Amino acid sequence: MSIIVDHVNYIYGADTALKVEALKDINLNIPDGQFIGLIGHTGSGKSTLVQHLNGLLKPTSGAIYFNGQDIGDKDYNLKTLRSKVGLVFQYPEHQLFEIDVFSDVCFGPKNLGLDKKEVEIRAYTALKQVGLEDEYFYQSPFELSGGQKRRVAIAGVLAMNPDILILDEPTAGLDPKGRDDILDQIARLRQETGKTIVLVSHSMEDVAKYVDRLIVMNKGKVIYDDVPREVFRHFKELEEMGLAAPQVTYIMNELKSQGLQVDTMATTIEEAKKSILAMFQK
Amino acid sequence: MLRDITLGQYYQTESVIHRMDPRVKLVGTIGFIISLFLIKNYIGYVVPVAFLALVIKTSNVPFKFMVKGMKAIVFLLLITMTFNLFLTQGDPLVTFWKLTITKEGFELATFMALRLIFLIIGSSIMTLTTTPNNLTDGMESLMKPLKVIKVPVHEVSMMMSIALRFIPILLEETDKIMKAQIARGADFESGNLIKKAKSLIPLLVPLFISAFRRANDLAMAMEARCYRGGEGRTKMKPLIYKKRDFMGYLVFFLYLVVTIMVGIVIKF
Repeated sequence: MSIIVDHVNYIYGADTALKVEALKDINLNIPDGQFIGLIGHTGSGKSTLVQHLNGLLKPTSGAIYFNGQDIGDKDYNLKTLRSKVGLVFQYPEHQLFEIDVFSDVCFGPKNLGLDKKEVEIRAYTALKQVGLEDEYFYQSPFELSGGQKRRVAIAGVLAMNPDILILDEPTAGLDPKGRDDILDQIARLRQETGKTIVLVSHSMEDVAKYVDRLIVMNKGKVIYDDVPREVFRHFKELEEMGLAAPQVTYIMNELKSQGLQVDTMATTIEEAKKSILAMFQK
Repeated sequence: MLRDITLGQYYQTESVIHRMDPRVKLVGTIGFIISLFLIKNYIGYVVPVAFLALVIKTSNVPFKFMVKGMKAIVFLLLITMTFNLFLTQGDPLVTFWKLTITKEGFELATFMALRLIFLIIGSSIMTLTTTPNNLTDGMESLMKPLKVIKVPVHEVSMMMSIALRFIPILLEETDKIMKAQIARGADFESGNLIKKAKSLIPLLVPLFISAFRRANDLAMAMEARCYRGGEGRTKMKPLIYKKRDFMGYLVFFLYLVVTIMVGIVIKF
C-alpha cells in the first residue's frame, strides 16, 4: 500500500502569462503505516502535492505509483484510488450539504456502491472514530460548532475506509482546544487502525508531537525529509523559509548556548522536561 | 476544469489598451457592436477584422487565450445558426427531407455567426484589458446623466462591481468543492440527465451556502467602513482623460468612418 512520487512537476496555468511552477521535481516514497507531517509555508506547494496523491491533479511531468501501478494510466480506476487514498481538504466543513450529519457521512460510502447496511455501519464507525456523540447524528450539520463540523467532514472521508488518510490543514481556524482535540483524535485513530496518515500543516508545533517523519517543502521543492528531530536541527534554515521549529527547540538551544548541558534534540515539552531534570540530577 | 472559462476575465499584462481610460473602451465596445450591424456584405467584414487584429496586437493578450473563452459560446452559436439556416423563407438552395436551406437563410446564418463571433471577441477584449473595478467606474461615470431621471447609478455600478468581483471567487470555490466531493467518490460526469442533475446537489448546496456567507461578510465589512451609498463619495483615483485616451477615441472614430465608407462604396 505504498505511494511513490517519481520526479513530479506541476505547473498551474501552463500556457498563460500567469504560469506558476507549483511543484518542482518531487520524489517521495510513502510506505505503509507511517505518520507523516508535510510542512510548508503558504504557497509552498503542499496542497498541490496532496491533490496529486489521489489523482485530482495530474502531474505536468513525472508519475505517481500506488501499489506499484501508475495512476496516470488511461485505464487506471481513479474511483477506487480515491476510496483507498482519502483526502480531507482545507476547511472541509464547507463541503457539507446533507440535511443531517449522518446522511452526509453516508455520502462517501454510498458512492462506493455499497449496500445500505454496510454504508450505515461505516458511517457510524467513522463518526465514532472522530469522537462525535450520538446526539448530534440527526442534527443539521450547519447547526454544529466549527470543531464539530470539521469532525463530521473528516468522518465523511473516513467512512470510505481509506488505507491512507491525508488531512490538509485539519486544524486551520480552530481554537487551541479544538486543535488539540482533532490532532489527538487523529493520533488515536492511527494507533487503533494503523492507517498511513499524512498531516499537512504550516505549524511545526502541531506536528512535532505526533509524526514519525517530517517532509518540509519550500517553493515547490522538498527541502528536508527526515525524522522530526533531525529536521529541527536546521531550525535556522526553517526560519528563513518562514517556518519555525517548535518553541522547545529554541529554548533548548538557548539553554545550551548559556552553557547548560541539555539535549537540544528534544522536540516535545515532555522530552525537554526530562532532559532538564536529568541535567540537575547529575 | 472551470478555470478554462475565460469569458469576462481580466488578463493581467502591460499595454496601452490596459492603461486606457475605461470610458474609451466602453464607448468603443458599444460603438463597435453597433458598427457590426451596419455591415451588410462579406467584404465589409474586412474592416472589423483588421481593427480587431490591431487592437488584439496592441493589447498583448495572446489570441489563443481569447479563443479558449470562445468555446463556451459554440453551443449558442450553433443554435442561432441552425435556426437561421432552416427557418428563413426565400429561394430554396438545398432541400432534404422536410428541411430547406434557402439562400437568404444561409446568408443570415453566416452573418449572424460572424456578428456573434466579432461581438464576443470585441467585448472580451474590453473585459480582458480592464479590471472589473475600472470597468464599473467607467460605467458609473458614463451613466451619470441618468441620475437626472432618478436612476440609482452608483448603486447599480456597485452591484455590478461586486458581482464581477465574485465571479472568480465563486469559480475557485466551485472548483474546490467539486474536488472535495470527487475525493468522496462523487461522480459529476457519467449518467443520464436526471442523474447528472442530482449529482450537482452536493456541489450546489455548499456553493450557495458559501455565496451567502461571503455576501454576509462583505455587507458587514462595508457597514463597518461606513458605506452608505454614493452620496458624497469621492474617489482615490478619479477618471481623467489623458492623451492616449483621445488617441483611442480618434482610432475608433477612424474605424467607424472607414466602416461606413466601405458600406457606402461597396454595394453588392
